[in-house]
Amino acid sequence: MTVIGWLQIILFCVIIVALTKPLGWYMTRVFNGERTFLSPVLRPIEAGIYWISGVDEKREQHWVTYTVAMLLFHVGGFLIIYGVMRLQAVLPFNPAGQGAVAEDLSFNTAISFITNTNWQNYGGESTLSYLTQMVGLTHQNFLSAATGIVLAVALIRGFARASMRTVGNFWVDVTRCTLYVLLPICVVFTLFLVSQGMPQTLGDYVEATTLEGAKQTIAVGPVASQVAIKMLGTNGGGFFNANAAHPFENPTALSNFVQMLSIFLLGAALTNVFGRMVGNQRQGWAILAVMGVLFLAGVAVTYWAEASGTSTLHALGLTGNMEGKEVRFGIVASSLFAVITTAASCGAVNAMHDSFTALGGMIPLINIELGEIIVGGVGAGMYGMLLFVILAIFVAGLMVGRTPEYVGKKIEAREVKMAMLAILILPLMILGWSAVAVVLPTGVASMANAGPHGFTEVLYAYSSQTGNNGSAFAGLTGNTLFYNLTGASAMFVGRFLMIVPAMAIAGALAEKKSIPPSMGTFPTTGGLFVGLVVGVILIMGGLTFFPALALGPIVEHLAMNAGNVF
Amino acid sequence: MLREIRPAIVLLLVLTAITGLAYPLAMTGIAGALFPAKAQGSLIEKDGKVVGSALIGQEFKDDKYFHGRPSATLAPDPNDSTKTVSAPYNAANSGGSNLGPTSKALADRLKEDVDKLKGENPNAAVPVDLVTTSASGLDPDISPEAAEFQIPRVAKARNMPEEAVKQLVASNIQGRLLGLLGEPRVNVLALNLALDRVAAK
Repeated sequence: MTVIGWLQIILFCVIIVALTKPLGWYMTRVFNGERTFLSPVLRPIEAGIYWISGVDEKREQHWVTYTVAMLLFHVGGFLIIYGVMRLQAVLPFNPAGQGAVAEDLSFNTAISFITNTNWQNYGGESTLSYLTQMVGLTHQNFLSAATGIVLAVALIRGFARASMRTVGNFWVDVTRCTLYVLLPICVVFTLFLVSQGMPQTLGDYVEATTLEGAKQTIAVGPVASQVAIKMLGTNGGGFFNANAAHPFENPTALSNFVQMLSIFLLGAALTNVFGRMVGNQRQGWAILAVMGVLFLAGVAVTYWAEASGTSTLHALGLTGNMEGKEVRFGIVASSLFAVITTAASCGAVNAMHDSFTALGGMIPLINIELGEIIVGGVGAGMYGMLLFVILAIFVAGLMVGRTPEYVGKKIEAREVKMAMLAILILPLMILGWSAVAVVLPTGVASMANAGPHGFTEVLYAYSSQTGNNGSAFAGLTGNTLFYNLTGASAMFVGRFLMIVPAMAIAGALAEKKSIPPSMGTFPTTGGLFVGLVVGVILIMGGLTFFPALALGPIVEHLAMNAGNVF
Repeated sequence: MLREIRPAIVLLLVLTAITGLAYPLAMTGIAGALFPAKAQGSLIEKDGKVVGSALIGQEFKDDKYFHGRPSATLAPDPNDSTKTVSAPYNAANSGGSNLGPTSKALADRLKEDVDKLKGENPNAAVPVDLVTTSASGLDPDISPEAAEFQIPRVAKARNMPEEAVKQLVASNIQGRLLGLLGEPRVNVLALNLALDRVAAK
């Protein structure tokens, strides 16, 4: 570890905190339906969209209607992606002549993109046409991100409102989120990325003759426009197989730094939106503090582990684990990126997690298994974190023997049950499918590494898909019938069975009366609250996943120190 | 509920058209106008022919060139399309080795490569990036130490004084951005092109 390394980490944190408040202010205005500086340009387009699609923007929806609207929207999104992938061979924008994508891979990828997972069983440049990348993947990057954000906003409204039956209008929220938040940032971001060297072309793959006379086919494409939303929307599905490690998908140290910022940008701002909507910004800062504590702990472990390297490297007199990392990023920017991308549910990678040290790779795995609530996926992180807050408040209530309250709302049996239901989805899918995979020959055959590392590959795959992360221990051959179908079920359940209970909480909270704080109210803006929530998260995650981690990365670390290879 | 069907279809199609077609196509037009060379992939031409991209590494095996990092990229086996074969620096199929920290295959490969490099330059410590594969398999860069390690071999193969090669390496080192972000590095293709230019004089 070096001083310059830590300075990069600190600079990252400072910029995120500095951007949280102004962006939170702007997003609050957007979701309250107020005017913004972009309204003169975008308001006519917005009104036109409502007119043509028959949306009454004044009419709000009950939480059930809101959720059904969201689900209908995703059915359509699924059909578009699946259709385009199956038909890409006969559709335009296919200069490389890619054939139709297989049924099970198309199914897996369509589920993967509507759930904001963006698990890559496909290899972008070797499988997908430009049209699939744009209409199939880029558009769903926008819409699944917008969906995550508006669901978080609906849950926040549940806390903020009192005695109301509605939580907002899904169509209006999605349209405003796309037009006012995602698109403007992406336009600027795309141009910045191209200025760093990222291609943005519809031209054919380039045939080069290298200095030594060999032929090299260089894949290009409309990369920057997709990468912008891929990062900002914490989608993470790569244009290229190597994702953000590919020099075209992440050309410079600066493009890397800004991409890391963009992963956390909207998720961090949502904590401020929460604070503003419930009437006390300190409530938002307290939640960001919980995220910050867990984040920095993870960064420290991964950075330390990667900088130390492995016994194999030490035996040869080498330090620093550079296997599967790029020179322009080095150890620190690779470690930081890995922790950010798994803390949020982004899943883009600028280094191969499969080649991380046992402990360095365990932190990304833990981040995902805790539910990606450390800033988290855009929106999903916020509503995931609020579920843990409900549990923490419940625990605090048990200790002092009072009905727990949070930001003026009584937390009662229904909310706690729904929060538990949502959180229990994680172990059910992750541990359940991992157990099935390791006893079936077809599951074991896909492992690339032997020994405990092979088990970690499987555990990571189902953690990543259930958590809608999308990063991978990529040695695992995921593009098989078994992994495509079980993975799709993990992604689907991990996304939607978490959303429905969260929305039920939103609806129940919105109907409750707001009660003013009293002497007996547990303060939720101080260090005690932050510590309590961190504790609940770690205990829940620890009790649930520690046995599985012991079989994977922990035993691998011990084996490595004992000098074993597999 | 029925009145949600129309927006579910129409709004989806409208937003798909905006975000899936209008946005990427408009960005392609604007980016192409503002940054024409970069939008095409930062291609390098020599004598009118494309020799590569400034951002994409390529394979160098000749002693007179600086070598990049080992690459784990694959290509379909020409004899059996269900299998793959090693194809270093395949820029149409990026990827890493994905070998884990306790992989025997990785340990064996590292030992073999370190021994080979020690034979080439016994006087310097082997830089770690010169024996580890990159994440993309297309890493265009090596560390300054990895370039310096190769100076004796390149100078000997080209009959150049080591000092001259050393100066060329030094002038091709890119530092951290603002002294802070990223790592110091040397672009292998740029360095080799510079070598060829010097040799041609």
